[in-house]
Amino acid sequence: MVVARLAHPADFEGWREQARALAQRWVLPEDIAWHVAGEGPDLFAAMPRRDREDLRAVSVPRAFPDLAESVICHSDPGRFALLYRLLWRLQAERDLLKVVTDPDIYRAEAMARSVRRDIHKMTAFVRFREVADEEGAVTYVAWFEPEHHIVERAASFFVERFTGMRWSILTPRRSLHWDGETLHVAAGASRLEAPGDDAVEACWRTYYASIFNPARLKVKAMKAEMPVKYWRNLPEAGLISSLIADADKRTQEMVRQAPTLPPERHERMARRAPAVSAELPEEIGSLAEARIAAADCQRCGLYRCATQTVFGEGPQDAPVVFVGEQPGDQEDLAGKPFVGPAGKLFDRALAEAGLDRSRAYVTNAVKHFKFEQRGKRRIHQRPNAGEVRACRFWVAQELAFIRPRLVVALGATALQALTGKAGSLTVARELELKLEDGTALVATVHPSFLLRVPDEETKERELKRFIADLQRVGQMVPEMRRDEAA
Amino acid sequence: MAQLTVQEKLEILSDAAKYDASCASSNTTKRNSLGGKGIGSTTGSGICHSYAPDGRCISLLKILLTNFCSFDCAFCINRSSSNVRRARFSVEEVVELTLNFYKRNYIEGLFLSSGIIRSPDYTMGELVRVAESLRRIHDFRGYIHLKLIPGASQELTARAGLFADRVSMNVELPSEASLQRFAPEKRAREIGAAMGKLKLSIEESKEEGARSRHAPAFSPAGQSTQMIVGADGASDAAILTRSAQLYAAFDLRRVYYSAFSPIPDSSSQLPLVDPPLMREHRLYQADWLTRFYGFEVGEILDRDAGEMLDLAVDPKLAWALRHRERFPVDVNRAPREALLRVPGLGTRSVERILAMRPLRRLRLADIGRLARSLGTLRHFIVASDWRPGALLDSDRLRQHLMPKPQQLALF
Repeated sequence: MVVARLAHPADFEGWREQARALAQRWVLPEDIAWHVAGEGPDLFAAMPRRDREDLRAVSVPRAFPDLAESVICHSDPGRFALLYRLLWRLQAERDLLKVVTDPDIYRAEAMARSVRRDIHKMTAFVRFREVADEEGAVTYVAWFEPEHHIVERAASFFVERFTGMRWSILTPRRSLHWDGETLHVAAGASRLEAPGDDAVEACWRTYYASIFNPARLKVKAMKAEMPVKYWRNLPEAGLISSLIADADKRTQEMVRQAPTLPPERHERMARRAPAVSAELPEEIGSLAEARIAAADCQRCGLYRCATQTVFGEGPQDAPVVFVGEQPGDQEDLAGKPFVGPAGKLFDRALAEAGLDRSRAYVTNAVKHFKFEQRGKRRIHQRPNAGEVRACRFWVAQELAFIRPRLVVALGATALQALTGKAGSLTVARELELKLEDGTALVATVHPSFLLRVPDEETKERELKRFIADLQRVGQMVPEMRRDEAA
Repeated sequence: MAQLTVQEKLEILSDAAKYDASCASSNTTKRNSLGGKGIGSTTGSGICHSYAPDGRCISLLKILLTNFCSFDCAFCINRSSSNVRRARFSVEEVVELTLNFYKRNYIEGLFLSSGIIRSPDYTMGELVRVAESLRRIHDFRGYIHLKLIPGASQELTARAGLFADRVSMNVELPSEASLQRFAPEKRAREIGAAMGKLKLSIEESKEEGARSRHAPAFSPAGQSTQMIVGADGASDAAILTRSAQLYAAFDLRRVYYSAFSPIPDSSSQLPLVDPPLMREHRLYQADWLTRFYGFEVGEILDRDAGEMLDLAVDPKLAWALRHRERFPVDVNRAPREALLRVPGLGTRSVERILAMRPLRRLRLADIGRLARSLGTLRHFIVASDWRPGALLDSDRLRQHLMPKPQQLALF
């Protein structure tokens, strides 16, 4: 029998060193007695009988030291032997840690869990009380009773959180003292050394009582997370029984109470508040009014799922109006047209063509984002003919108030919205087109088409063609060009 | 009116804040107070410092700056037509209360909202001042959640997002129509547009953060929202569909469901009944299934299920009982997706099964150690030494698995 001595109950380093040495010498788990200084009678043992002469290299998977460091804090006296047995078995069973249903692993994990929970509960339930000494220097002192040997493991949390304070945490096992710079770990203390009250606790109890909703009593849920064993050191816990006892009565009172008349203040405010007209203006007299009216548009069903109407943007006297297909995900969130990936490409192409976007009015044929939802993603969907038709009303409003000299249809959907008929973009792109009222019309691709071209070579070619189309716009309407003074 | 003490104000303004279910303090940037002038840190998963007898976690000091409000939302305790007592904190009072509570380890930080006074920008400006004072003057590094005031300017929103770990706005009700009816001053579209902008700002800040570690993070703990359940006639299907939409559009961390509960001096427009707590619980379970278990809303509430979640059994079990043809699932062979659909197997258990499978054949006793509810589970799985009996195909299975009525015990 070998006696392995540990300096204190959670002496991980001591355990690790001795366990390694013993395992190297092939000392069997059942031949070791683990002894913590100061706990129980000291053991005297004969020299180990079953040592082998040859040493072996002892290695463990990376997760083992972490597990062991937690388990060693457990109050179970069998923890050292359990860990040594695991160390022993790991030499032959390399994947043992993954076999979580193995009785030894199962027990070790349960112990580690219990230790982690105890640490977590310590970080949650320590309650400091303020103490001032004669010179007025303030220290915060807490009394806490952990279940396991966790005080030192929890120390870093308090140091990192309360760095700027002086504090002490007293427990029956060990005590922590922080002076603002250094942490001192001292012996256990008694409850009597901790302060008995703190003026702020009255506020805390008020808060605890008021944040509780008596109409939704769930005592079991509370006890599961805040076990009764912690209650005696929680200043708020003294309120629990009366809060529970009165809950039903308070709820019934709320239910029974007859509705009251509104206070004077409410009536005053109601009189003062401007009459908000939620209805559409009877006639839309300007682009600004059109924008406001469009925000409430329910001409088709797309408004139900989209975040908001994305109306066009740009100067009211813009010589050119660009019409795209519909807002995408980013546009839907921002409430602005052409700000997503296609919008960025559009900006780049405009710049390459020497055009100034701020002089143009940019809008879409359909003003709400249409998408199909797949899990957390919103996949763009092409608007159908009915939706395009419903939204032509707004495009017509925009064109009527802006009266541009040139309209550019970006993509087939825009072309269809502007001309009222489905036609081939490839054909239209080559033609000189006019809208019904005679306004010049240029058709080209939608920038998102360029994003979808799979191979780089074609993409490059198509981008050049798109830029060429935009340059044509610059030729037809020279004041769109950046080099042209506005 | 006599001057109220801070404690009296706290009583009023925490009572006024408790109907917002969110109390999360998790998943923000990791910070501590080493090397600083003050106090405060954040941890990965947040800490619940206490629990009230309603079973809710108390992690943050959740208060309103004021419960004076010019809006008249029928479901809200603070609506302008209510006769509840009113109070208003000063910016300094909130700052001091937060620090005093934090120093005693009562809280992880502050969750501050407000009734709307004077104007949205004025109100939002006051909330931002609290956060700014905590961060700039006191070097407070704990958690801050600010509620966005509808209609507040883009500049104030941007500032709020720089000081706070999370900024958020509540959609309140699942449909535009009910919002119009019960919260006449609020506009669903405005709320949506604000949440859309938040998402873009959060994304943009993440991209900048990836490029430079010194870029200030905007609302690093993301955004969340809340829907009230049971105030309007919306079905569970409508609520969950709306949630799925919100998750997809705004990349929300959470949608909170808050069972409408009686409030003091409540409006006659609304039902005065016990809050539908079980319904709320089932909605959270269904929400979880869509986020972590690969379920679509249309599967949880398919045609056979109707519009409402089953209150007697959880939605995963309800789905399994409607789809017996998909069971039993062989724990030694089935892919992850199939295991995730087994009632009683959580994401963690599934990962452990997958890790163990190459090492040994799993027996029923192994599964018993990996998962909590073997009683339910065993009817839906095959293990190396186990096959479920005929009960899986029988109509009695549902009866068999329903929770048994419990005798009430005195506390």
